[in-house]
This record gives sequence, C-alpha cells and structure tokens, in this order.
Amino acid sequence: MHELYNFVSGPLAWVAGAFFVLGSIYRLVSMYILAKRKDGSSLEYMSLHYSLRSIIRWLIPFSTMGWKADPLMTVTTFAFHICFIAVAVFLSGHVVVWNTAFGFDMWSLPTQAGDIISFVVIAACAIFALRRFMLPHVKNVTKPKDWFALTLVVLPFLTGVLAYHQMGPSLLMTTLHILSGELLLALIPFTRLSHALFTVFTRAYMGSEFGAVRHTRDW
Amino acid sequence: MSHISDRIISDPGLELGVANLTTERIEEVVNQALKGETGAKLKAYQETCMRCGLCAQGCHFYVSHDGDPSYSPVSKATESIYELMEKKGRVSPKRIYEMAQIAYTECNLCKRCAHYCPVGIDTGYSMLVMRRICHLLGVVPQYILDTGNSHATTMNQMWVKDDEWIDTLQWQEDEARDEFSNIRIPLDKEGADIYYSVIAPEPKFRTQLIYQAAAIFHEAGVDWTMPSTPGWDNSDMSMYIGDFENMGRLKRSHYESAQKLRVKRIVMGECGHAYRSVYDMGNRWLGYRDMPIPVIHSVEYFWELLTEGKIKIPKKFEHPVTIHDPCNIIRGMGLMDKLRDVTHMICENVVEMTPNREHNYCCSAGGGVINCGPPFRGTRVKGNKAKADQLRNTGVSHVVCPCHNCHGGLEDIIDHYELGMHPKFLGDIIYEIMEKTDAL
Amino acid sequence: MGRISTWDWEIGEKIVVKSLSPLQDHGWQEEPHVSPDGETLAAVVNLAAMEFSVRTNDSVWDVTYERIWYPRFSPDGRMTAIGQQDGESALLVDAEQMGETYEYAWETKFSDDGSTIAIMMKNEGLYGVALNGTPWENLFENANNYVLSSDGKHSSAIVQTVSMGQAEIEVFAKGIHSLAVDGNAFPGKYLNLWTPVFDSEFKRVAAQARVSMLDYTITVDDKPWSTVYGQVWEPIFHPLGEYVAAPVRDKGKWGVASDGAPLWEPRYAQCTQLQFSPKGDRLWAIVAPAYGKFTVACNNIPWSTLSPAVTDIVLNPEGDRAGVIMSNNNRDFKIVVDDKAWEGTWDMVWPVAFAPKGLNVAAVVEKNGKQQVLMNGKPFGREFDRIWEPVFNEDGTKVMIRAIENNSYVRIVANVTS
Repeated sequence: MHELYNFVSGPLAWVAGAFFVLGSIYRLVSMYILAKRKDGSSLEYMSLHYSLRSIIRWLIPFSTMGWKADPLMTVTTFAFHICFIAVAVFLSGHVVVWNTAFGFDMWSLPTQAGDIISFVVIAACAIFALRRFMLPHVKNVTKPKDWFALTLVVLPFLTGVLAYHQMGPSLLMTTLHILSGELLLALIPFTRLSHALFTVFTRAYMGSEFGAVRHTRDW
Repeated sequence: MSHISDRIISDPGLELGVANLTTERIEEVVNQALKGETGAKLKAYQETCMRCGLCAQGCHFYVSHDGDPSYSPVSKATESIYELMEKKGRVSPKRIYEMAQIAYTECNLCKRCAHYCPVGIDTGYSMLVMRRICHLLGVVPQYILDTGNSHATTMNQMWVKDDEWIDTLQWQEDEARDEFSNIRIPLDKEGADIYYSVIAPEPKFRTQLIYQAAAIFHEAGVDWTMPSTPGWDNSDMSMYIGDFENMGRLKRSHYESAQKLRVKRIVMGECGHAYRSVYDMGNRWLGYRDMPIPVIHSVEYFWELLTEGKIKIPKKFEHPVTIHDPCNIIRGMGLMDKLRDVTHMICENVVEMTPNREHNYCCSAGGGVINCGPPFRGTRVKGNKAKADQLRNTGVSHVVCPCHNCHGGLEDIIDHYELGMHPKFLGDIIYEIMEKTDAL
Repeated sequence: MGRISTWDWEIGEKIVVKSLSPLQDHGWQEEPHVSPDGETLAAVVNLAAMEFSVRTNDSVWDVTYERIWYPRFSPDGRMTAIGQQDGESALLVDAEQMGETYEYAWETKFSDDGSTIAIMMKNEGLYGVALNGTPWENLFENANNYVLSSDGKHSSAIVQTVSMGQAEIEVFAKGIHSLAVDGNAFPGKYLNLWTPVFDSEFKRVAAQARVSMLDYTITVDDKPWSTVYGQVWEPIFHPLGEYVAAPVRDKGKWGVASDGAPLWEPRYAQCTQLQFSPKGDRLWAIVAPAYGKFTVACNNIPWSTLSPAVTDIVLNPEGDRAGVIMSNNNRDFKIVVDDKAWEGTWDMVWPVAFAPKGLNVAAVVEKNGKQQVLMNGKPFGREFDRIWEPVFNEDGTKVMIRAIENNSYVRIVANVTS
C-alpha cells in the first residue's frame, strides 16, 4: 500500500502533470494550427478589446441573458468554478505539494475553509447531476461523456473529504484521492473538461464577432 | 417531449435527395465536408459545449413549444451536426432527412442563443454547417432549392428575367409620374451617390416598395441609380441553402454591378438576410475582409435623410406602433438605436416589445425558413407563439418591421394567432406621411 | 465620324456645347453622353408627359417616343438609344429606327469598329439577340449573358432549351440551359452556364458551366472539360488559340486551369478578371494572395502592392504593363500602374487608359466633386465637373479631354508633354 502511495504521489504525479501540460499544449497548438489553416476568415476578426469585453462581462454573475436564464445554475456554476480552483490551488495540503515539488511557498486556505469549500464543490456537482436527471432540456442532451466528466471532477473531492475526515482507511483514501486528482488533471485536455482550455478562445471569438463585426453585444 | 422523428414533414426536395443516398455516400460526403471545409471553430464548439441547456431559453421554438427540449439549440445541434461529427458520418439516409428538417426548418440561424451560452458557442454557425452538408448531400427542401436555382440562373431569387426587371422599374416610374410629374428611376447612372438595391420579391410582388423608394429619394433630392443588368438583387437564399459557391457568385455580381457604375455606396431596401449576405458571409467567401463597397441598410439611410432634414414629416403616423427588430440588422449589425430613432421621428406613439433590441425574438421566417415554402408554414408559425405573445402584449395596431422575411413571418403569425395587426415597412410609413413638395 | 486619325487633333480647346441647361421648354434632361471623337454630346430629354427625344449638341431629334432610354454612342460615333411606344421597343440609331420593333429590347452592344449594333430582344415571350436589326432565327424561352464578337459577326448567349414548371427541381437538375451561337443552340444541356466568350478568330466559344448541383467546369464549343471544380469564373481563350484558361477553385483556394489542367496551382483567396497579352505570353489576373488582401498577378507572380479591394485591370497594347484601381473598400481610391501607386488618394477613380504607342497612361480621378486627369501619375490640366475617359491619338503624343465645366461641354486636345 505504501509503495502504491509512494508511486502515486511520486512518479505518477509527474506523469499526470506532464499529461496535463503537454496535452494542453498539444491541444491548443493543434487547434490553433487548424484554425490558421481552415478558419482564416474567422481568425481575421479577433479583437482584443471585444474579446476582453465579452470575457469580463461573462465573468459577472447575472449580467448576461444566459446567467439570468437559470439562477440556480448560475450560482452553482460560479460557486463550483471558484471553489474548484480555490481548493485545487490553495488548499493547505496542496500548497505543501507545490512547495515540495516546485519549491515555492504560497498562501493557503485555512483548513476549515478548505473543507467547507470542498463540500461546496461536491454540492455543486450534485446540482449539476440533478439537472442532468431532472431538467428535460438538459437530460435530453446529456451523453455518457458528460457523466464521465462530472465523475472525474467529483471523485477527487469526494475522496479528499473522506480522507480529511478520516472516513475509511486513511492511506487508501489518500491514495485514491491523489489518484483521482491525477486522473482528472491528466484527462482535462482530452474530455469535455477541455472547455477549461478552449472557453477563453470561443468566448473571445464570439465577443470579437459580435463586437467588431455585428456592432452588438454577445450577452 | 417530442423527437424530430415524430414530426417529419413531407417535402419533395428532401424526399428526392434522401432517395438518392446510401450510407456510404453519406459517410464520404460528411467526412469530406468536415475535413475539407470545417476547422477549429466547429470542433471547439462541439467539444466546449457542456450540454448545460442554458441556450434553451434563447430559442423561440423551445419557448413556443412550452419547453419541449427537442427544440433547444443544443438539442438541435446534438441531433444533427454534432451527431455527424461523433459518428463520423455513419448515419442512415432517414436520419439525414431528420437532420435536414431540423437544420432548414426548425432553426432560423438567428443567433439569439448566443446571448445565452456562457462559453460562447455559435449554434447558428453549426446549424449552417449542417445545412452545408445537406446541400452537399443533395437534401434540400424543394422551394428554397428552387430559389437557389433561380439565383444561379438569373442572379435574382424569383426567376425575374432581365427584361422583366427593367420593365417593372419603368412601369413604376410611369406610375409615379402620375404623382410626381418629373420623377425618375435613373438606370445605370454612372457616378451616382447611391445605388439602390432590392430583393426580387419587390419587382415580382411588392412593386409599390420600389415606387415608394423612388418617391422618397425624389423628395429628398437624392442622386441615385439602379442597374439595368443583373446584380440588382441583394438577396441570397444560396447562403441559407449552404450553397456557398452560388452565394459567392451572387455577391460578386452584386458588388461588381455597383463598382462598375462608380457609385459611392449601395443602399439596400428593407431586407435583413441580404445584409448578412453582403457584410458577413458573401464577402468572406469572396476573400473580402469587409464589404468591397459600403452597403447601407435602409434604416441607416432613412436615418440620414431624416436627421439631415432631407425628408420632412409634417405630421407623424398616429396609430400606436411597436418595433420588430430583425435579427440580421440588429443582432447582426447593431442598428437598434437608429431603428428606434427613425421610428420615433415618424411615429407618434411607440410601444416597445419585451424583450427587444438584440434580445428580440426572431420572426421565425428568417434563415430561409419561410423560403422552404408551404409545407413548413406550420413549423414556423407554431414555433413562434412567443412572438405572437410579444406582439399581443404591446396592444398596438401596427408593427414597424424593416425586413421582408420578417414581414412574411409576422403576417402569418398575426393571421394564425388572430392578432389583427399590420406590419409596416419604414418606407410605407415615410411615404405615407412625408411632405411631398413636388407632388401634383 | 471616321477613324481616330481623321479626328480633329489640332491642339486647342473648343466649347462644343455652350450651355447644358435644357433646351427650350424641356421638362428635364438626363445624364449626358459624349461621342468617341468628342464632337457630340447627347442626352435623353423629356419634352412633355410621355414624350421623350434625344438632344445632340444644340439640336433635338425630330422623333419622340413615350420613353427613350439606354442612350449610348457606338464606337463609330452614331447615337443609339432604345425607344418605347405603345408597348413596343425599337432600337434607335441617329434618330432612325433600326430593324423592326420588339415586344421588348434592352442592352445594346457594339462591335469594336461600331459597324454592328446588337441588342437583346423579346418577341411573343421568346428571347434572342438582334444584330443590326435582324433577330436570331430561333428565339428561346429565356436568354441572358449575351455577348457580341469584337468583329460584330457573331453573338452568343445562354438560352433556356427545356421548359420548367414552378419549382421543378428535378427538371432543373437534369439541365435546362444550352449555349447558343448566332441563334443556334448546342445540344448540350447544363444546369447553368455563364459568360460565353469567343476566341480571337470568332470560331469557338467557351463558357462557365455547372454540370451538376455541385460541379462546375468550363465548356468549350459545348464540350465540358473532363475536370470539375468547386467553382469557376470567366474563361478566356489564349490569343493564339492554344488553350482556354479560367480561374478555378479547388479545396477552398483559387488558381487558374487551362483545358482542365492546372496552370496556376490553387493558392489564392481569390482570382478573377483573367487577361492575356496579345501574344499570349503574359497572363494577368486580379488575385488575393491572402485573405482580405488583393493585388494583380502576372504569370502567377503577384505584385507587392496590396489592397482590400482591386478592380478594373487594364493592359497596355503590348500587354506587358497593367494599371488597376485599388481602394479601401470603395474609399480612398488609388491608381496603381506597374505595381506602383500613383500619388494621392481619391473619392473615385476611373480605369486607366494607355496610349496606343509609347509609355503614357492617363486616368480620371475625383475629389470633393471635382474631377481631374492624371497623366503618368501627375495632375494634367485643370479640374472639371466631369471628365470622360481621356483618348490618345494614334502615336500617343496627344490626348483629348472631353469635359464639363461651368455648365459647358468642352473638348480639349493637348500635347501629352505640355
């Protein structure tokens, strides 16, 4: 078990990290090349001003038609993304990892807060799941891919909370937590979660087309 | 909830096209199109879409069908183009029929859903790619295909022959001379300030619109012209078929007919989709970053004439009006303020719809849906109860609507839901109420 | 009017029409046209309600019609127009009717020397072309895209040879159009055909052809190339008759094909307006080497001057020089000759005119409503309200300027070097 833990928290972490970094670079670069080759008549219209206008607008809850359409979803998605990043980056346990791995020290969340925030992420995922079950217009378009992505995201949080609260065998839970975290990280570029890479560009493009060509708002 | 297979409508164009298909042919064409013609944009859309369903509210079909999920934008894309991408084109001919019906008749390409998508997905674009593939497969509704055939043959959308065009202009000129003795519709006047372009239904059915435009320009003292040769029709159903080759041919003929006359700019009649064709799609296919010659919509031009005092309005239109915002010039070009300025300059009592401006619902005739003909009238009329409700809630008698397709769409909606309202072009009202200093 | 050498080339300035105000009590006068030799100015005039005639200099034709339109001078200096009376159209040439009347007639065209005047005509709902008043023997359900050979002996048009009912998409897909020459349709049926063009000996004709809903190619004497393309533009014959060339689109890029084989590999975002030098050793085109950036290419080598929009490529008589109009999308026009932009930007410019001999090239430009001639890039003479295309004499040493100034029509002949 210890060996497994050591492997998972050691070499495998680097492998997962490499998958994420190299995978992301690969996806972004190949997408850019494809865009250059095939979407010249779209790339031409990219505008920094209107890209930022759109991105910033959509970062404000309830400031767009989309964010007004389903308030529960809006609250959930903002809470989810903020808490996800907060925990993934600033959880005290994770900050220790960054320190050991990369040698830099950074601010970390108070332990208690980290715990609460993790619960928020799990609750958000539960709401996402409920939407996929309950709302016809979401259920109708939900595919296994969507469930897979959601599972990938929630697993590290579930195992993390279990490990933190020492429910179940601690070492096993911690190992599973790291493993699921690594799986999530490694698969971000290759699943629905790739929206983490591409949204900034699709948003920027939409903002540019609406702002610079259509002279109107994309929200 | 329903499924597209529950609402298949018989159409000779779709049936004929599908009858000629095999699964192998579909696979070949789809993959060629996806590899050869689409790129990062479509791929990123398909991947980035989280199937969150927020776009549903954006679509008048979804809203009008009481939240039937099969009408949500994401569902329509998932059931058509996204499915083709995922299955790499391995679908049955019957499935292509369903996809074609979705793409051509249950989506107006109005892009209203863009206001709802957090990640910035342009479902209108994806649905147009779907139409493009249908065109390449030869599965296109009969009436819009016939319109495309007309475009390719005559460079206008209504099979108007070269002489019929000129004859109609001369006839309208003669008619107008009963009202203004020295009015002209100047043909091929080199170096005129503006070249006035229309869509073929004007010479075919709505000749009074040409009359009215001539009267307005005459009264305003405009230096204008119209060409006596093809290129005069700015409309473009080829674009909505997905026949981009003929879209390019049409736009080239349109731009070049104006360049040849050395005019400063084109002013186009009250049409929406033609604007999309000249400033957004046709120009790009031809390799032009922008329009090679400025094209000004009537809304903008009327705004100029009214603000410069070239047309005087002694007494405004008295009936209460509401404003219908045509997608292609509002969400497509940002003319909402000028449209309001003009409407307020000519109408006494303006009642806004909710939602309005770029959030306004499409008329459901746009995107070529009305051009798919009688078989699909019910699709668009029932699919736009939302618009009927919007209209009814204003309580007015007249609807200002500076777009031909919107006119057709609103007339049908008004008729079906018994709203008793009258769509009006800005030109209708301006002609009716303007000061006619030169009239007999 | 005679050949160009017989025109008045004496240096000097003459006022041909002192006042362009309507004569007598005319209702109104339409846009003026001037004869190639500059000796005559003509315009359609309204005499009374439904009564039109043509003014030439200070006199008026002694015929009137309910409508007169499409006034055009032929290259040999005859004044032509289309008259309409009692629902019939007539081709009018120097106040005389040429040929019979038609149910409708429009779009006159001329042979290079002006000896042939062609017109599109319709009789009893059937369409064709009339040459010097003689209509084609066979008329068709529809005809368009007509051309007249430069020697004036032949005409060609796209004609509809298969009837089609409303929205009969199946009929259309089998082909309803044919290429017709001198009123005789070739047997081949196409979905669409466009822009027929004659070879230099007027024996062959080529056109753009749509051979299926998706496939485009070039047909030469009714024989389509074996290769099909995503799209094609106007074909032209090699001047020595060696081959037919046309812009073709393949995999989203434009190039040039000759007889169905690649001549310029597709690499452009656009390629239009092919023109050969008279010997056929140079092929010119307007191309877009990159999206949104247009220029001129000669033998597949693009110029370095790029612009958002390029039109009206004109070659010198040897075909080794070219002048073109570039603009920022119809604003800030520039004249570009031999890849060099002339100084200044303009509200409007007209295509350049090369002297028949020598190096001189002229163009009309407009700014703030005033027009001016530029000669070899430099202002030439004064500003006018309107200037027609400058005309060089045979050895290219003199230039004739036909212009409107202070409501007068003036004709000026000047030394190019002055």
